[in-house]
Amino acid sequence: MAVKSSNIASTKNRQQSVVRHQASGNFLKAVSAVVWKDLQAEFRSRELFSAMLVFSLLIILIFNFALELDLKTRQSVTAGVLWATFAFAGTLGLNRSMAIEKDRGCLDGLLLAPVDRSAIYFGKVISNLMFMLIVEIIVLPVYSVLYNTNLFLPGLLMVILLGSIGYVAVGTLLATMSVQTRTRDILLPILLFPIVIPVLLAAVKASDGFLAHAELSEILLPINLLIAYDIIFLAVAFMVFDNIVEE
Amino acid sequence: MITVKKLVKRFGIKTILRGLDFEVQPGEFVALLGPNGAGKTTFLRILASLSRPSLGEVHVAGYRLPNEAAQVRARLGVVSHLPLLYGDLTAEENLQFYARMYNLPNQDARITEVLEMVGLETRRRDLVRTFSRGMQQRLAIGRAVLHDPDVMLFDEPYTGLDQDASSMLDDVLKTVASQGRTVVMTSHDLARAEEIATRFDILSRGVITASITRKQLKKSNLLTFYKQALAD
Repeated sequence: MAVKSSNIASTKNRQQSVVRHQASGNFLKAVSAVVWKDLQAEFRSRELFSAMLVFSLLIILIFNFALELDLKTRQSVTAGVLWATFAFAGTLGLNRSMAIEKDRGCLDGLLLAPVDRSAIYFGKVISNLMFMLIVEIIVLPVYSVLYNTNLFLPGLLMVILLGSIGYVAVGTLLATMSVQTRTRDILLPILLFPIVIPVLLAAVKASDGFLAHAELSEILLPINLLIAYDIIFLAVAFMVFDNIVEE
Repeated sequence: MITVKKLVKRFGIKTILRGLDFEVQPGEFVALLGPNGAGKTTFLRILASLSRPSLGEVHVAGYRLPNEAAQVRARLGVVSHLPLLYGDLTAEENLQFYARMYNLPNQDARITEVLEMVGLETRRRDLVRTFSRGMQQRLAIGRAVLHDPDVMLFDEPYTGLDQDASSMLDDVLKTVASQGRTVVMTSHDLARAEEIATRFDILSRGVITASITRKQLKKSNLLTFYKQALAD
């Protein structure tokens, strides 16, 4: 009993010590912490970024040599080739991003933090989106040179941003699911591509419209669809993420 | 500090925990022993709010799981056989990241304090992937105590450690326990458990089959008690 009393007393003393945990945590601070951690780790290893970039460049090179198209046809396939490139490279990045969390048990470390678990999801979405956008920024001028097509159109850049948000929003959620399975490398694309088809279709349609200098009224529908998909995917992921990460 | 009543955990048709009852008083250091597949890790994951109970009541630090999981997590530190650390971050950056996740005040001072406690102050700017397994495990303990938790869960902390690293881990564990925390540790290493725990519970086939305190143990020894508990 004496031992127990002294233990309780020392517990109380400790509770009055300098450090005291903040039970509530803070959503935005947690989101920014996850983003900071991902950027810092990637800055050191460059594993994820270099894999995505090299893979993207290889795809556009292969398409360039394989298709041998004339200028007009090249322009007409640009949207499709671009989005196929982004989708494949994105899968590689999403898989790697979550594998890093799983391999050393870090996902458990994240889940043990006293924050709303959707903060972890949004943190991962933002960092994955940043990696994807950086790769896209590098791929676009390379594509422009190889295919002799101007891709620096404000409307097209906006579509790339919207499409990437939708892709990463659903991809991060599914990568979190697939990384917990033994077949994670092959499971992610099998799960992701059927679900992300609406985003890719709308993005290709809208990109095609901007590249063909179509009327805004013709492009508005796919853009609205992209915005709607982004909101829906983010909202659904926000609601189900907690259940997905729990056993 | 921890109260578990009639806990059942099922994975599909497989029942891992079968109506487990468990209670830990504040400041106790409980070694949870048992054969492989007994359900020790599953039980600890439920206490850590990483897994939901199928049936039963679980209270940790006065909060009920899974309803008040965030409150429990704020008062809980977990160390497993995996380090839960990022290899491409330095020791300091790993702790900075977790300090942010726990929204701690005076983060720099606390990080220095923790690094000194686990004996890694001189390696604070080294990447974790360059650390030995023992150093990673000590840093993992630093991560787990960073937010000054009342309850600590250790899941096989000695796995993969050599003799020297295990001895150093002993010292860190003793320090953690001496700070008045409530500790539950699973282990296969009976000798080490006997050295640091104040109570020994045997988990077998999904229930606690026997329990003994250090005082009661003086008459026999842990290995005999363990073998007897499993035989019954």
